[in-house]
Amino acid sequence: MYTAHAMTPAIVPPHPDAAASFAIAREGETLRMSLHGRWILAETRQLDGALRALRTAGCREVEIDCGGLERLDTAGAWLLLRTKRALEATPATVMVTNVPESLRPLVETIERGCTAPPVGPFRRGGFVRFLDQIGGAVVEMGHWGLDLLEFFGRVANETVGTVLHPRRLRGAALIHQIEETGLNALPILGLLSFLIGVVFAFQGADQLRRFGAEVFTVNLLAVSILREIGGLMAAIIVAGRSGSAFTAQIGTMMVNEEIDALETLGMSSVEVLVLPRVVGLIVALPLLTFYANVMGLTGGAVISYFDLGITFPAFLRQLHGALHQGTFWVGLIKAPVFAFIIALVGCFEGLRVERNAGSVGRMTTQSVVASLFLVIIADAMFSILFDLLDI
Amino acid sequence: MTEDIVIRVEGLVTRLGGHVLHDHIDLAVRRGEVLGVVGGSGTGKSVLLRTIIGLNRPQAGRIEVLGHDMTRLRGDALRGVQTRWGVLFQDGALFSGQTVAENIQVPLREHTDLPQRLMDEIASVKLGLVGLPFEAAQKFPAELSGGMRKRAGLARALALDPEILFLDEPTAGLDPISAHQFDVLIRDLQKSLNLTVFMVTHDLDTLRATTDRIAVLVDQTLHLGTIAELSHDTHPWIHEYFSGARGRAALEPPIA
Repeated sequence: MYTAHAMTPAIVPPHPDAAASFAIAREGETLRMSLHGRWILAETRQLDGALRALRTAGCREVEIDCGGLERLDTAGAWLLLRTKRALEATPATVMVTNVPESLRPLVETIERGCTAPPVGPFRRGGFVRFLDQIGGAVVEMGHWGLDLLEFFGRVANETVGTVLHPRRLRGAALIHQIEETGLNALPILGLLSFLIGVVFAFQGADQLRRFGAEVFTVNLLAVSILREIGGLMAAIIVAGRSGSAFTAQIGTMMVNEEIDALETLGMSSVEVLVLPRVVGLIVALPLLTFYANVMGLTGGAVISYFDLGITFPAFLRQLHGALHQGTFWVGLIKAPVFAFIIALVGCFEGLRVERNAGSVGRMTTQSVVASLFLVIIADAMFSILFDLLDI
Repeated sequence: MTEDIVIRVEGLVTRLGGHVLHDHIDLAVRRGEVLGVVGGSGTGKSVLLRTIIGLNRPQAGRIEVLGHDMTRLRGDALRGVQTRWGVLFQDGALFSGQTVAENIQVPLREHTDLPQRLMDEIASVKLGLVGLPFEAAQKFPAELSGGMRKRAGLARALALDPEILFLDEPTAGLDPISAHQFDVLIRDLQKSLNLTVFMVTHDLDTLRATTDRIAVLVDQTLHLGTIAELSHDTHPWIHEYFSGARGRAALEPPIA
């Protein structure tokens, strides 16, 4: 009888005292492998390498003796099966013998369950995957733009239908949306606009004081708040509050198949859900913008009084001089466009929700990001337009 | 002690939203048995399961799993017990950001230090064990059907070769053929891995095909017995459950 190391010196079987081990012996043309101890998940790490390195060294027959096994779980059974298959491929005849009665069902189950060739690498990696992701993202964005355009067309189409038959506009839903998106946004929008006015007044006063031109802080406030900041603040708050809510509400209805139910009841989801939201926001956002302007200027006026000593009547006089006719309207005219973008994107993303809960959250995030992105692009385009028109 | 009890519940009281679900329930699950838990909607079947695995705090009572008092267990001792059970939640509860293979490897990665190659192999063994095709390994949970998600969830529950398997409505939402395959699968796994199975279910076919004993939750209490014993229970709900039209059709052997 040969000892294992005499025959296959490259292999060092785990120490016999270990919780799980195997020993190898050669009898003529037969390689006898006897397993000992507890072949369980916790022990597989130390068995794994030694078993992988196992070679038959020219033996035609291998006998795997399982008589010494105390315990076996799926991980251990897999190692047994893997070793058996690897040796069979050498090629040799492999017999598994003396499997304890209690462990036999497990070995059979694993043998039956694992007919597939085990394991290629589970994931792709590296540069190709990186390029793949970039390409995928670009293509996806292109599709997104086209889908949004299509949805825009659908909404425009239904809007025409509703204008022709005004009774199809859902009055109660419209009023509810105006209350929800407009009235309920007043406290937060008022506070934030007031604070922005305060911040601008401080910064303006600080810079202009160096030139002895503190009084022009009022001009700075008037132009920046009325032309840009008031409208943007309102749009940002509404996108965060209402655009996301549109997506979440409609998305949840998608998950519950409520939209499908609507359509099968002969109602148009655009008419029932989208139009009241779009029209409601188009009404509400200009009003909110006006309110944000007033609150921003109030914040500026308060700081002007305390920091620069400009009284309220003086503030108003200076304000009057700073504005020319267009300033106020330039800011306000953008609001309906912003409102349309926010409501359209909010509803669009809501209708893109798939039938799983995770999708609602993803689409809601995307709705806010996309609507703010588009709002700021629109704002930039307005700036270019007004510049060309010399307003 | 003659019997090996793996789960012991004594005097369990749970209240949910001011509503008493369990009123001093006692239950002992023996090693190697399949216990089915049934009851009407809202009787707290799933709550019982969640309480045993520590997701719900009971108002009173003692819960012992594998000899450890679950209400007192903390830290490493608790994790030690947690690695000895597997839980299959209703819709699989797979982590949606990871592929099926990665899902199965989550417990392995957390609780062992196996090389990646061996973990990949073990993941594919578990896939084979629950009867999923090898290609499913690369897929994300959202790309799988409901039945496949349950199988994948079962594969993850089995990742660490647990002693106890908790199943929450394993066959709900499956078509009868898939449900039957799932029953056979659970029975097979239970036999070959010598699992103790604690299963919440509504499915009468599953009860007959897989369970050794049944616990019926009714009127805040628990009636325990084999199907044969419970068919003679006089409680009206239990009587209706086992002897109503559906119960008879599912539980009685067809007339030859």
